[in-house]
Amino acid sequence: MEEFKVPPPSKVNYLNVDYGLKSWLLTRDHKRIAFLYLGSISVFFLIGGVYAMLIRLELLTPHGQLLTSTTYNKVFTQHGIIMVFFFLIPSIPATLGNFLVPIMIGAKDLAFPRINLLSWYIYLLGGIVTVYALLAGGVDTGWTFYVPFSTTFSNSYVIATGLGIFISGFSSILTGLNFIVTIHTMRAPGMTWFRLPLFIWAHYATSLIMILGTPVIAITILLLAFERLAHIGIFDPAAGGDPILFQHLFWFYSHPAVYIMVLPGMGVVSELIANFSRKNVFGYSFVAFSSLAIAVFGFLVWGHHLFVASQSVYAGMIFSFLSFAVAIPSAVKVFNWSATLYKGSISYDTPMLYGLGFIGLFTIGGMTGLFLAALATDVHLSDTYFVIAHFHYIMVGGTLLAYLGGLHYWWPKITGRMYPEGWGRFSALVVFIGFNLTFLPQFMLGYMGMPRRYHYYPEEFQVLHVLSTAGASILGVGLIIPAIYLLWSMRYGPKAAPNPWHLPGLEWRTQSPPPTENFETTPIVTWEAYEFAPIEEMKVIGKFEESKAEV
Amino acid sequence: MSEHIVSVRIYFAIFLVLLIGTGLTAWVAFFDFPGPFNAVVALTIACVKAGLVVLYFMHLRYSARLTWVVFLAALFWLAIMFALTFSDYSTRDWLPIF
Amino acid sequence: MAESYAAEPEVVHHPALQHHFENMEQQREAGTLGMWVFLVTEIMFFGGMFLAYTLYRGKYPEAFAVASNHLDIWLGGINTVILICSSFTMALAVYCAQVGKQQLQIIFLILTMIFGGAFLGIKAVEYREKYRDNLIPGRLIPGRPFDPAVNPHGAPHDPHKLTLIGNSSVRQVELFYWIYFAMTGMHALHMIIGLGIMCFLLYFSIRGRYGPEYHNPIEISGLYWHFVDIVWIFLFPLLYLLGRHMGGHG
Repeated sequence: MEEFKVPPPSKVNYLNVDYGLKSWLLTRDHKRIAFLYLGSISVFFLIGGVYAMLIRLELLTPHGQLLTSTTYNKVFTQHGIIMVFFFLIPSIPATLGNFLVPIMIGAKDLAFPRINLLSWYIYLLGGIVTVYALLAGGVDTGWTFYVPFSTTFSNSYVIATGLGIFISGFSSILTGLNFIVTIHTMRAPGMTWFRLPLFIWAHYATSLIMILGTPVIAITILLLAFERLAHIGIFDPAAGGDPILFQHLFWFYSHPAVYIMVLPGMGVVSELIANFSRKNVFGYSFVAFSSLAIAVFGFLVWGHHLFVASQSVYAGMIFSFLSFAVAIPSAVKVFNWSATLYKGSISYDTPMLYGLGFIGLFTIGGMTGLFLAALATDVHLSDTYFVIAHFHYIMVGGTLLAYLGGLHYWWPKITGRMYPEGWGRFSALVVFIGFNLTFLPQFMLGYMGMPRRYHYYPEEFQVLHVLSTAGASILGVGLIIPAIYLLWSMRYGPKAAPNPWHLPGLEWRTQSPPPTENFETTPIVTWEAYEFAPIEEMKVIGKFEESKAEV
Repeated sequence: MSEHIVSVRIYFAIFLVLLIGTGLTAWVAFFDFPGPFNAVVALTIACVKAGLVVLYFMHLRYSARLTWVVFLAALFWLAIMFALTFSDYSTRDWLPIF
Repeated sequence: MAESYAAEPEVVHHPALQHHFENMEQQREAGTLGMWVFLVTEIMFFGGMFLAYTLYRGKYPEAFAVASNHLDIWLGGINTVILICSSFTMALAVYCAQVGKQQLQIIFLILTMIFGGAFLGIKAVEYREKYRDNLIPGRLIPGRPFDPAVNPHGAPHDPHKLTLIGNSSVRQVELFYWIYFAMTGMHALHMIIGLGIMCFLLYFSIRGRYGPEYHNPIEISGLYWHFVDIVWIFLFPLLYLLGRHMGGHG
């Protein structure tokens, strides 16, 4: 273990360096911007969660007694839109990524701090426009906006909602741009590519997708809006257009978008598994390259959403093959995480529980994706609850769990306070149980033929639906508890040391919370990523000399 | 590490070539070439013009390797979008039932 | 690359150095890379529209030829020349900044803006012609739906009317015009934004902000402007020229 000069402790950090609304709303500090995102994303998650509860309540009975059909269409549409565009896509990159990317590479901030702040305002503007559209009457086309319903027949606020999503897309693009430039040009001396934490590799790959995919959804939404406004016929067969063109353009982004959602989660999990097993990640370069591979391959598979949409069967075969191929790098990661655990010194703290949960649930979600990638089985399973269960296993069982795990793991660094570990473990368990009870029955429902987006269903499906709703309630409780204790800990939690987990990462070698410029002096990196030593030596890192304590 | 300064003479030469290319593509458009060659010729001229702008006006010729990678990646992704979408459209009438 | 960026204490910073960067070189590199990455997003953005164009051109070659021939090749050609000139003057503006010729740099910047304005002016003339001939697609203009007059078969050529050939129909021609307006409109919007950026550059150039040690904003604005030129380099043949060989008049 080499020498690292620890800076003297100081009472000034990025949270208390300046007070007042203006210092937060006009900040250029990536850490404050991450905090702003954390707040706004939580609000949107709550809204999306309310819609989820409405869906589950409606599905308790087979004859749709709570909501009319149009309202139900609006509820699941809006659940999807809010969760996908305003929670999942920004969640880890905009909160944990914004906070940690500069610190993990040893920089003072991102490359373009003002653009970072702009991206938050753009995100808010998009969110406000979308919420306005929801309140004004909502949209009922499904989050996928398929034509011709969305262009011609729907009487809902398609254009306003589309505008909100269009605007928020720019937030995504600017974040990705910032990350790419920062990682290329602002790494500290000695921080070579292969010494980077896997969290950085994952965010780099995510940023590639943001840059290359988001512009296509932008143009798609614009075309959709103009089609709805002017009825020209670009997607209308009667005028010579093709409705499938919309689906091609839409999914060209929206499939890679799911990798925007899951890749950062994988980055977090790499950190959690390695650090809480106190062991270097097995096959570091394989995991790093698999992030890039997922980013590239993710762009080659969108046609698997069009298997039953009259796409050419030859194209279907190509997309099916490629969809199997894209599973390989994900599987590499799961194998490598498992190998990392083997003979590791595992501690079952809350972040690790979420990390382990991710591995199990993501594996289930990923494997069920294979059923959907095969053309023949997809014909049976397409547009059923099997698909819904598949992607919720990855989005919730995967991304959400990783998000929660990362939040807990870096909570002491972000807030300078520790969360209550007992409550943390308890809610992780509740989340895990609630989640599986919600979505495991949905696989069965889908296989038995329950279509998605329906609220009327045959009586024999009711038992599974009731189980699912019960699970959703438990899941909801499991998610509310951390909201409460995390907020509580910001004021009353015990103050955290610079390196409360005794880990070697660069982020643990500065104060908790960090000062505005992250490090007192630019670090010079001479160690590999995940270089662990016996815990007695680890306790030296981040320990400040008492005599230099600043009053 | 100072940047490379492109001379005015090179800029002027590229400018002239671009103007000639414009005239050429407009002139050649009126000839009826067999099959798809009108489009091929027009796009080739356009690609050459665009290539000159990218290499010299945008200094890509003198830029770091990373910049090349970024630019070529964009072209590659565009190619993916076109190729895979047209794998659908161009094979739709291969089988009678579809 | 990372080794050269260790901060040195007690160094006088260039006034334009932003404090999260170690030195001007890093700042310049980051700015340039950032603009190239942004241009990648623009390539994908326009790429979606080029995809739609390619698809429908393949489906309706005759209708697209009819519609294309109806565009004014002279106005389109002049606009292409204008944009190439503006790219040239922009490159010269960057050059002057690099070698410290401030006055000349300002002149070339102004020339670029004049050329850009001229392009937009000609575009406005073209759009107005389309408006008069009822060629604005769909119901974008309330009260003036897409309803062009069609030349009756055998009648003398009337430039304000369409001359249909083969199997083409007016609805298919409408698809072309939809793509025409979407692509040239989006292109024009990007030009307007570019002109706006140049206003800022002009203001700061006159204030003497740029010189051989610091001119990255001009450089990266140049990259953006050249990209806009490149889009037009493709739009001109694809929109204006593709039908000329199938019988001149539109």
